[in-house]
Amino acid sequence: MKEIIRLENIRRDFHVGGETVHALRGVSFTIYEGEFVTIMGTSGSGKSTLLNTLGCLDTPTSGEYYLDGVSVRTMGKNDRATLRNRKIGFVFQNYNLLAKTTAVENVELPLLYNPNVTAAERRERAIRALTSVGLADRLEHRSNQMSGGQMQRVAIARALVNDPAVILADEATGNLDTRTSFEILVLFQELHARGRTIIFVTHNPDIARYSSRNIQLRDGHVIADTQNDEVLSAVDALAQLPVTDE
Amino acid sequence: MNVTNLFKIALRALANNKLRGFLTMLGIIIGVASVITMLAIGQGSKRSIQAQISEMGSNMIMVHPGADRRGGVRLDAADMETLKLQDYNDIVSECSYVSLATPTVNSSGQLIFGANNTPSTVYGVSPEYLDIRRYEVEDGDFFTEQDVLTSAKVCVVGKTVVDNLFTNGENPVGQVIRFGKIPLRVVGVLRSKGYNSMGMDQDDLILAPYTTVQKRMLAITHLQGITCAAVDERFTDQAMEEIAEVLRRNHKLQRGDDDDFTIRSTQELSEMLTSTTDLMTVLLAAVAGISLLVGGIGIMNIMYVSVTERTREIGLRMSIGAKGRDILAQFLIEAILISVTGGIIGVLVGVCASLIVNAAAHFPIYIQPWSVLLSFAVCTVAGVFFGWYPARKASQLDPIEALRYE
Repeated sequence: MKEIIRLENIRRDFHVGGETVHALRGVSFTIYEGEFVTIMGTSGSGKSTLLNTLGCLDTPTSGEYYLDGVSVRTMGKNDRATLRNRKIGFVFQNYNLLAKTTAVENVELPLLYNPNVTAAERRERAIRALTSVGLADRLEHRSNQMSGGQMQRVAIARALVNDPAVILADEATGNLDTRTSFEILVLFQELHARGRTIIFVTHNPDIARYSSRNIQLRDGHVIADTQNDEVLSAVDALAQLPVTDE
Repeated sequence: MNVTNLFKIALRALANNKLRGFLTMLGIIIGVASVITMLAIGQGSKRSIQAQISEMGSNMIMVHPGADRRGGVRLDAADMETLKLQDYNDIVSECSYVSLATPTVNSSGQLIFGANNTPSTVYGVSPEYLDIRRYEVEDGDFFTEQDVLTSAKVCVVGKTVVDNLFTNGENPVGQVIRFGKIPLRVVGVLRSKGYNSMGMDQDDLILAPYTTVQKRMLAITHLQGITCAAVDERFTDQAMEEIAEVLRRNHKLQRGDDDDFTIRSTQELSEMLTSTTDLMTVLLAAVAGISLLVGGIGIMNIMYVSVTERTREIGLRMSIGAKGRDILAQFLIEAILISVTGGIIGVLVGVCASLIVNAAAHFPIYIQPWSVLLSFAVCTVAGVFFGWYPARKASQLDPIEALRYE
């Protein structure tokens, strides 16, 4: 199986007011193509720092990080920006869509920063991505005209549009109600089934049961890394939810 | 990152906040419009003064008696009898830079024709006066040298006099009007010149041979003035020197004596008047320039606020692959688009405002192409200048911090 991410003894120190905070104290793991990994941990466990490192927003103090075979640690800011643009799709807790902007335009955004993509191709790929998340009929809706679930779908489409090596989701269901959370989980499981590599950072232990692998962090160390042999189906869970009158 | 995409991004960002964009532009619009309008008004009055002076004859030189002092008392120029016909003759024959000259004597009084009468001034001149002052005869003829020699009782009348005297629409040419007790036959009518820049009606006059005015009306032998034309505007100074030389010699003035005459040229007058309007133009432009500066600061303020307000957006753009320079370019392009669009609207508003000032207040305007170009250049520069700092601030944000910004 192809390696997408390889972390080798990653350390990250922050200097806050004369003190050194060790956010990551030697994290190593490898993620292969097609895995759906949840990274869990309480706040202060180094979860956010790890996510920033995986997302090439931050560089480790020491250790090696290979993303799709490329060493990230020695890269400059601009090269990392390009790498994020080509290899990573971000999904945030608060969606981070551009205000008053249509779904298509939001999804096109990563491709605007890629000079190799023409305008026509950009739009076509954005529409394809939106169709794949079930929003084919919402192309021209503006972000303020959509529900939370729809906005998160647009965000997922935006993460998919550049055909990334890995999708990084940061508490992607954190702002959604239970029902919509499961709908989004269904979508992630579908993407997983289609062969996407997904890393889902969360503090919600329930989510872990729907992923194929679970990494647990505490105080900057990996304390558990388990394969989930009985992946629950989010579709079933959704079906069992009591129907609320709307 | 190509430029087209950057423009698209900036345009979309602006389109998302049309009202704010417009309000920001307003500063630039008002600044540019006022620069253009103020300069148009300033230049317009300058040009209209220049036009009127050149209509009057821009190469004209006027010699008057004066600057004399008897026992410490400076005397009224009209009392002086220092200018003689000989002076005129010598100027004509000796001054090479003077092309035309005419003696002038004038007398004010009541003009009478039939039951109508009107106050006016009779100017006693020679036929050269016509060319020096750039009058034209519309109807009939001007009087001749022969009329001057014989002190003939003839005159040429201005349009205002015609309107006041010949109320029944008679043809003035050939009619006899009276100036006081002296009957004058009208031989011609002058083409109308209208009012000059100092508000004087240039058509309220009648012209007669200077000899007629001297002998029959005023009973004097001296001249009240000599009006000359330099061969060319550029040689006005030389012509004035020559005239002064002739007059000082004729009047037997010693070295060190004050002139007993004054020489003025319309060029001096025009320089004086245009320097006044130049000052006014500078003043108006300075006021307008300040409003342009305030408009620029408005851009900086809005861009600065917008960087803070859009921190999360900047963080997002960076996380999906925007480089620092892409963000810098986006904000800079936004600032430039605002100021250039504001500049275009400002030019249109300024031109319209100038035309309205012209139409409503009858104020002369002249829109100079360079003032349009200048204000346009200024607002582009303002966009870059005032957009730079906020844009730079945006580009240096840390994507992690920016994404977490509340």
